[in-house]
Amino acid sequence: MDPRRKRKIRLVVALGVAVLLSAALVYTSFSAATEAKAPSQILAAAPGATYEMSGRVVKGSVSREDGSLRFRVADRDGGGESLPVSYRGSVPDPFRGGREIILTGQVQRGVFVGEPDTLVTKCPSKFTTRDE
Amino acid sequence: MSSLGSAALALAFLTAIFAAAAALIGRGGDRRWVDVSRRAVYALCALLTLCVVLIEIAFATDDFSFAIVQQHSSIETPSFYKLAAMWSSQEGSLLLWAWVLSIAASAALYATRNKLRELVPYATAVMMGVAATFTGLMLFAGGVDPFATLSSPPPDGVGLNPLLQHPSMMIHPPMLYSGYVAFTIPFAFAIGALIARKLDAEWIRATRRFALIAWTFLGLGLLLGARWSYTELGWGGYWAWDPVENAALMPWLMGTAFLHSIMVQEKRGMLKVWNACLIVGTFSLALLGTFLVRSGVLQSIHAFGDSTVGPYILGLIAVVMIGSAALIVSRLDDLRSQKRIDSLASREAVFLVNNLLLVGMTAVVFWGTFFPLISELFTGERASLAAPWFDRYTTPLAIGLVLFTGIGPLLAWRRVSWAKAKRIFRGPAIFAAAVGVVLAVATNPLDTPWAFALFVFASFALAGLAQEFWQGAAARRSLSGGSMPAALIGVISRNRRRYGGYIVHVGVAVLLIGIAASSSFQTKRDVTLRPGESAVVDGRRIAYERPTVSVDDEAFAFGAVLNVERDGKQFAVLRPTRRYFRPTGVQARTIGSFFDGEATSEVGLKAGLGSDLWTAVQPGISGVQRRVRAADRGFRACVGGAPGVPPQCRAVSRLMRAAAADPRLRPIALAQIGALQAATAERLARSYLDDDAPATFRVIVDPLVTWMWIGGLIALAGALIAIWPARRARRAPVADSEAEARKEAKYREIRDAELDHAAGKLSDEDFALLDAELRREAVEILDSQNGHGNETREKVPQG
Repeated sequence: MDPRRKRKIRLVVALGVAVLLSAALVYTSFSAATEAKAPSQILAAAPGATYEMSGRVVKGSVSREDGSLRFRVADRDGGGESLPVSYRGSVPDPFRGGREIILTGQVQRGVFVGEPDTLVTKCPSKFTTRDE
Repeated sequence: MSSLGSAALALAFLTAIFAAAAALIGRGGDRRWVDVSRRAVYALCALLTLCVVLIEIAFATDDFSFAIVQQHSSIETPSFYKLAAMWSSQEGSLLLWAWVLSIAASAALYATRNKLRELVPYATAVMMGVAATFTGLMLFAGGVDPFATLSSPPPDGVGLNPLLQHPSMMIHPPMLYSGYVAFTIPFAFAIGALIARKLDAEWIRATRRFALIAWTFLGLGLLLGARWSYTELGWGGYWAWDPVENAALMPWLMGTAFLHSIMVQEKRGMLKVWNACLIVGTFSLALLGTFLVRSGVLQSIHAFGDSTVGPYILGLIAVVMIGSAALIVSRLDDLRSQKRIDSLASREAVFLVNNLLLVGMTAVVFWGTFFPLISELFTGERASLAAPWFDRYTTPLAIGLVLFTGIGPLLAWRRVSWAKAKRIFRGPAIFAAAVGVVLAVATNPLDTPWAFALFVFASFALAGLAQEFWQGAAARRSLSGGSMPAALIGVISRNRRRYGGYIVHVGVAVLLIGIAASSSFQTKRDVTLRPGESAVVDGRRIAYERPTVSVDDEAFAFGAVLNVERDGKQFAVLRPTRRYFRPTGVQARTIGSFFDGEATSEVGLKAGLGSDLWTAVQPGISGVQRRVRAADRGFRACVGGAPGVPPQCRAVSRLMRAAAADPRLRPIALAQIGALQAATAERLARSYLDDDAPATFRVIVDPLVTWMWIGGLIALAGALIAIWPARRARRAPVADSEAEARKEAKYREIRDAELDHAAGKLSDEDFALLDAELRREAVEILDSQNGHGNETREKVPQG
């Protein structure tokens, strides 16, 4: 075969594979993603769906009851109603009242039940203005 | 002192602008202006060094009139962390960025002071443009001036977050920054080469080492971050696909692709457009990493707040990307390759495949990282992707990569005949198949197909690399004699770049084995035990012997002594603890505040070559906390002097009454009460020992995870070998080195081909063809250097 044509075919095949792969990537990312919502939005939304909740732990609301951690989470800006949360699994070091967290889970009987080991607490590390 | 610093910073900004302008004036070939601009870059480096030294002095001497010191350090902060606290601040990290850039730019311009005359002025202008942007940010963006002062400095600072007080956390940020920053150098020279239309491999040769240094720093930064996460964060993992981790991974991946494909341009003059795009992409991703941690656009573990500098960095990224794209398009004609890939069975073809895999991986990570923004754009809802999504795509790509890590080094440049390929691949393939059979018998490969594939391919790669080392040493020995180990050292030290690279490949293969094993075969259990109880995790009996409490200046530590037995034999004694840091900087108001501070895990770790036993504890201190609350109530009653005060707090209420009467006594009274509270808190903390309270332990058995760190260190060693300048280069005269460099490069190619032939990688016919071609090219270079008909023609070296 004429080498120029051969190259062209090769290019088309490579591009086709790339397009197919990126289509798969795009498709799965939309179906695999969990919606991110603030506590007040979750309170307003229909129960049953899984959300990634991000908010701020209400100070003084943290307690432990037979192995599960219970606390309330409010919107990051502090406004709105707070959402009661129950969670089992590993708790990152920085977790405590007043910290921002991200947790995946769903609302069951008015309580946001976190999936085990999905609790992420933000490092209060760098480049931030301090809490309070 | 702060005014001196501000002046130095302002001067640095002007110097950067001056250096860029002088370089552009001298671009037509006016050496004086170019020399002036180079010296201005050195001056910039000196000025920024002064700024850094001033800040460090302020930290070391607890000068709390500096806002940066007050907010990130305190008198109690250990000295080592005082010196490292600079870059835990926004403004300090910007200063670090600019400072490292000025050092790298000075080094690059010093190294090229007699080379690349046409393109150095443009490269200088680009580097100084970036430097001016960063120094300008500190001066004008507002709120990020490192020399901002406090009009009434408080007696003590806020202190450094205890979570960050970990040695690797202190080295990690400067490593990442150095990595990000060093990519500026190859980027700037690429832009210079494009503008000046000097598009051969000269700019690559001049900046290759900087790209390699950037890559090494970035890799080391990633490794240290992972190590910190593993030992300090108490969740037992080392990678979470967090946006900030991804931000550092992306330029590293694309930088890896760049380091490979520039070799193709050096050797074969191909892939010029691709290389230009890769370095622009890498640098943009490095800037993006700098931006992401400061913008707050993405939700991340790292609560990097919104700040004023984000939009400016975004603007710089836009300028870099649009400008570079326009430039590359306008130079497309000059960028066309003179050559084509001869055969798919050649090293350059494998490099191309590896490039596609690496860029594909970067694209996956990019898409996943920015998916919250993408989904908000299309659906109006923010949604994010979790680790499993990342794993699904990066795992097969990583497996492909490890395979090519093995194939690439085995193939010669240009072409490899089928018969030859069969001979080269036979050994490694047999070894990999044997490993596969053993694994298939020992484990069930269908349960963990990806890990199985990775182990097999990694064994192939390791066997192939071992064969490379063996044959290289054998070839060297046949040429120069001596013992086999001496020949091995000889062949490595004479071909540092090649064998350093191979050592990096070994390290990466080992590292991937560690990751695959520890993520696929990990056992993780959370158990709640009372003292005296025990649990069995993966064949290890873990007995909670007794609780521990220790008190030091910084924190209360509640821990546990775990006695681990394996197969009935004593295996290890682990002491996981959890430290509750005292509030710093502010006076404690309640006993409870001693337990409200930052808490960190000290992991109880028994590392081993076979597997790690990792434990962390969540002490059951609710009893302690109950007593703390009661004590606080008691204190309030005492201080308030309520009726019915118990006798033991009469002293306190008397003190408070005296303080109320005489304000001069107030600080003394508060100090007394503070001390009393501290003593009470300590006593209550110790009461934990008598509680017999259940503690929750996270126990992880992580097979082969140690090999991840070992692999990382091997890769680091390989990178250092590749970076280290060869003795010849250090001795070489610098004058007129452009032609000299081209000649050297061609000689190196000839030696490479000879080594490949001696090592059995090239067949005799292929070698004869290649050698003749290379020698003809070398003669052409010599001719152009000496002029035609020169009698003193140099002889092309033999052997």
